[in-house]
Amino acid sequence: MTKEVEEKREVTIVFAGDSGDGIQLTGTQFTNTNALYGNDISTFPNYPAEIRAPQGTLAGVSGFQLQFGSVQISTPGDECDVLVAMNAAAFKVNFPRLKKNGTVIINIDGFNARNLKLAEYSNNPLEDGTLNDFRTIQIDVSKMTRTALVDSGLGKKEIDRSRNMFVLGFLYYMYNRNLAGTEEFIKQKFAKKPELIDANIKVLKAGYNFGDTSETFTSRYNVKAAKLPSGEYRNIMGNQAAALGLIAASQQSNLDLFYGSYPITPASDILHELAKHKNFGVKTFQAEDEIAAMCSVIGASFGGKLGVTASSGPGIALKGEAIGLGIMLELPMVIVNVQRGGPSTGLPTKTEQADLLQALYGRNGEAPIPIVSASTPSDCFNAAYEACRIAIEHMTPVFLLSDGYIANGSEPWRFPKSSELRPIKPRFIQSKNGDTYLPYKRDENLVRDWAIPGIPGLEHRIGGLEKEVDTGNVSYDPDNHEEMVKIREGKIQKIAETIPLQQINNGERSGEVLILAWGSTYGVIKTAVEDCLAKGIKVGHVHLNYLSPFPKNLGDIIQQFERIIIPEMNNGQLVKVIRDQFLIDAKGLNKIKGVPFTTKEIVDAIEQNVSVL
Amino acid sequence: MSEAINNTLTAKDFATDQDVRWCPGCGDYSILKQVQSIMPDLGIKKEDIVFISGIGCSSRFPYYMDTYGMHSIHGRATAIASGLKISRPELSVWVVTGDGDSLSIGGNHLIHMIRRNFDLNVLLFNNEIYGLTKGQYSPTSPAGKITKSTPIGSLDHPFNPLKLCLGADSTFIARTMDRDPKHQREILLKGSQHVGTSIIEIYQNCNVFNDGAFEIYTDKGSKAEEILILEQGQPLIFGAENNKGIVLDGSTPKVVLLEDVSENDLWIHDEKDMFKAQLLTSFFDDPKVEGHLPRPFGVFYSEDRYRYEEAMEEQIQYAIEKSGKGDLDTLLRGRNVWEAE
Repeated sequence: MTKEVEEKREVTIVFAGDSGDGIQLTGTQFTNTNALYGNDISTFPNYPAEIRAPQGTLAGVSGFQLQFGSVQISTPGDECDVLVAMNAAAFKVNFPRLKKNGTVIINIDGFNARNLKLAEYSNNPLEDGTLNDFRTIQIDVSKMTRTALVDSGLGKKEIDRSRNMFVLGFLYYMYNRNLAGTEEFIKQKFAKKPELIDANIKVLKAGYNFGDTSETFTSRYNVKAAKLPSGEYRNIMGNQAAALGLIAASQQSNLDLFYGSYPITPASDILHELAKHKNFGVKTFQAEDEIAAMCSVIGASFGGKLGVTASSGPGIALKGEAIGLGIMLELPMVIVNVQRGGPSTGLPTKTEQADLLQALYGRNGEAPIPIVSASTPSDCFNAAYEACRIAIEHMTPVFLLSDGYIANGSEPWRFPKSSELRPIKPRFIQSKNGDTYLPYKRDENLVRDWAIPGIPGLEHRIGGLEKEVDTGNVSYDPDNHEEMVKIREGKIQKIAETIPLQQINNGERSGEVLILAWGSTYGVIKTAVEDCLAKGIKVGHVHLNYLSPFPKNLGDIIQQFERIIIPEMNNGQLVKVIRDQFLIDAKGLNKIKGVPFTTKEIVDAIEQNVSVL
Repeated sequence: MSEAINNTLTAKDFATDQDVRWCPGCGDYSILKQVQSIMPDLGIKKEDIVFISGIGCSSRFPYYMDTYGMHSIHGRATAIASGLKISRPELSVWVVTGDGDSLSIGGNHLIHMIRRNFDLNVLLFNNEIYGLTKGQYSPTSPAGKITKSTPIGSLDHPFNPLKLCLGADSTFIARTMDRDPKHQREILLKGSQHVGTSIIEIYQNCNVFNDGAFEIYTDKGSKAEEILILEQGQPLIFGAENNKGIVLDGSTPKVVLLEDVSENDLWIHDEKDMFKAQLLTSFFDDPKVEGHLPRPFGVFYSEDRYRYEEAMEEQIQYAIEKSGKGDLDTLLRGRNVWEAE
């Protein structure tokens, strides 16, 4: 029977199952394949903190959400068109996000009495009418997989482990995609276990063929390539983009990259990515703790290298004292904070933007530091590059703020050529800058030079004690201390001269409402503002990448609007800073649930704040 | 190479213009003098030497050395030196630390630095007291120590620093004292020649807050009976009359009179012998206790083991040989590219 192919502009799918079901891998493969078909994509992995929570339980549900389309896609989607549920718990957790009349693909083997009990269902949702308004495709994935591999010679456990490939193959059929990319991936992944290559490809094809031969659909779907700005694209995740940004800065500044860090969710993938690229001269050091990680970076920077560390909130707290030392020493280094829900251990695998004030103020004494923020997965590249550039050219530690949402999310990236990157010039000094060498002599931007060990005649001592102006000698002089505090502050403020002016990202340049935001809320705000503009609602969107110092025209922009609304995934942090610096009655729009805003939440807030709808 | 480089330099060339601000009579002066005096003998260019310290009285040391230096934060000199050594393996790196800095707040970094065996030198000034904060007990103070924070006596069982370091698989441990410049000089030179992390514990008198803590080992009247000088290949002999020795009875060390044994029966010091080194670190009795063993000074243990920073360089070279030198545009491009028109 010939099946119809229906065109779709955009589709949101949630894959959900046990944390051992290979959900993240399935989602990533489906993403990569659609990327190669030219779709715009945004993804959102959502997994439990436990590596292997008890099987079949609500706590153990791992999810991967993606939206792909032939139009511009900026978020993983508020609600999903298709929910793939490998068991009852996965269904229960994600069902509320399924659109009315949406499609649910069920692995019926995951809905036996035991699964229903673990999911705390008293009735079977497949039978009690819950799914009356939805299209349900029920497949016994386990049975199909086992049948496909009956002659494989593999054990039951290994066979069941490839169930996710059946589902993936089925979706490839449903969305009219070929299997080549995933087949290639399987061949690489199991290069040392050829029997698993055959088995996984066989199950993948079985899933595809099942779609083809069964009478499941009345239609297949096709999502055409998106009209993206012309150029070459690849898919990239946030942490990966940050790692590439660091390597790019190292190459463009001609400084070897030293990366000292301690494993922590959700920052560890930066370490994993960098460790793959030692052929770029990258030295990755897994330190004994967060403090040592930060201190090793200080040692490397003192030695004349590009020192970088990354962590998340709890680790950043431990690094605080050493970051203060970095500020006193006035050496270049970058501290990446991939934020997660806090305080304390908080919500390790959930996202939040609640470390802005920690970055700004979380040290003893007057310890100013520049802060760069990433807005989307691919923007982590630009932000990491800029953080390094500012650190190196302004001789200061720099914070880079990312978060779990964009760190693990992915999107198409029109990658730059190295020749398009802004040059970075280290401030090495080779000979004395006076009769004697003055380590804290400064230029017009209040930046000192970088004299590294090995250069004769520039031997000098630096440390955490207050320094005398110019000489850097220890000084307890009251006037000197006040002057040095002002100099350190002024040095950071002068960075505003070298960063780009703030652009209006979207919408009105003046008027009633400005949405002012930072970080990973970019995609959802962009979508919401576009929806509003399409409805004729006048609103502007400004998204900050530089949080300290602010771009110098930010005050002018803000003054063009009557109301400033600041959406943040925290209890109100940027809003405090904006009120403090510009003395305006900015309003917060806050969500503190460990998950990103939905488009609707932002649209609603805009609509409530405009007088004319 | 060595002599040619520094033959014109003297100890004075390693002194800075900063006033030395330790209390008059402090043991640190003697250590500073010895360190400055061995520098010209190391055969290393002045600009390639870095001193890194943490916080405490001893940690003022870098300000007085005319080399590159950093006076960092409490307990972290070891971690900073680790990062520096990985990035710049060719530098001669010296960590100056105290018993509080390295064994209390910085204990974790110390043991991890040791197991990685970076080629650097650690001068551990042990005065069994917190001096800079004006006289609280330290992790090496004996139990029962009366200090400002322990008016009825400390409850802490103290660390045995060299035993701790050996337990962390140290490749070089030695002990010396501030009051014996000659011995200090010898041990500093041996430590600097060791390729790997050299731990040099220096008994250092704090004449203000813990005066006389090591007097029994430095005083002319008691010294000879209480200290045991370790010399490679030599029998363990001590005593005012050089009339006592150490024998091993099974695995138990015992003090004997030389007249009662044949010279062949004495324990011969072998710094390559890990088992004996472990026993030697246990020569840690309270000298007031009857029948105690003498306190050893010298090189306890020395072993050649790979250095982290060298292995790191080898990995980088291996990665370059295997994958070719990294090309940024290839990296940015990745493997799966599509084009939008």
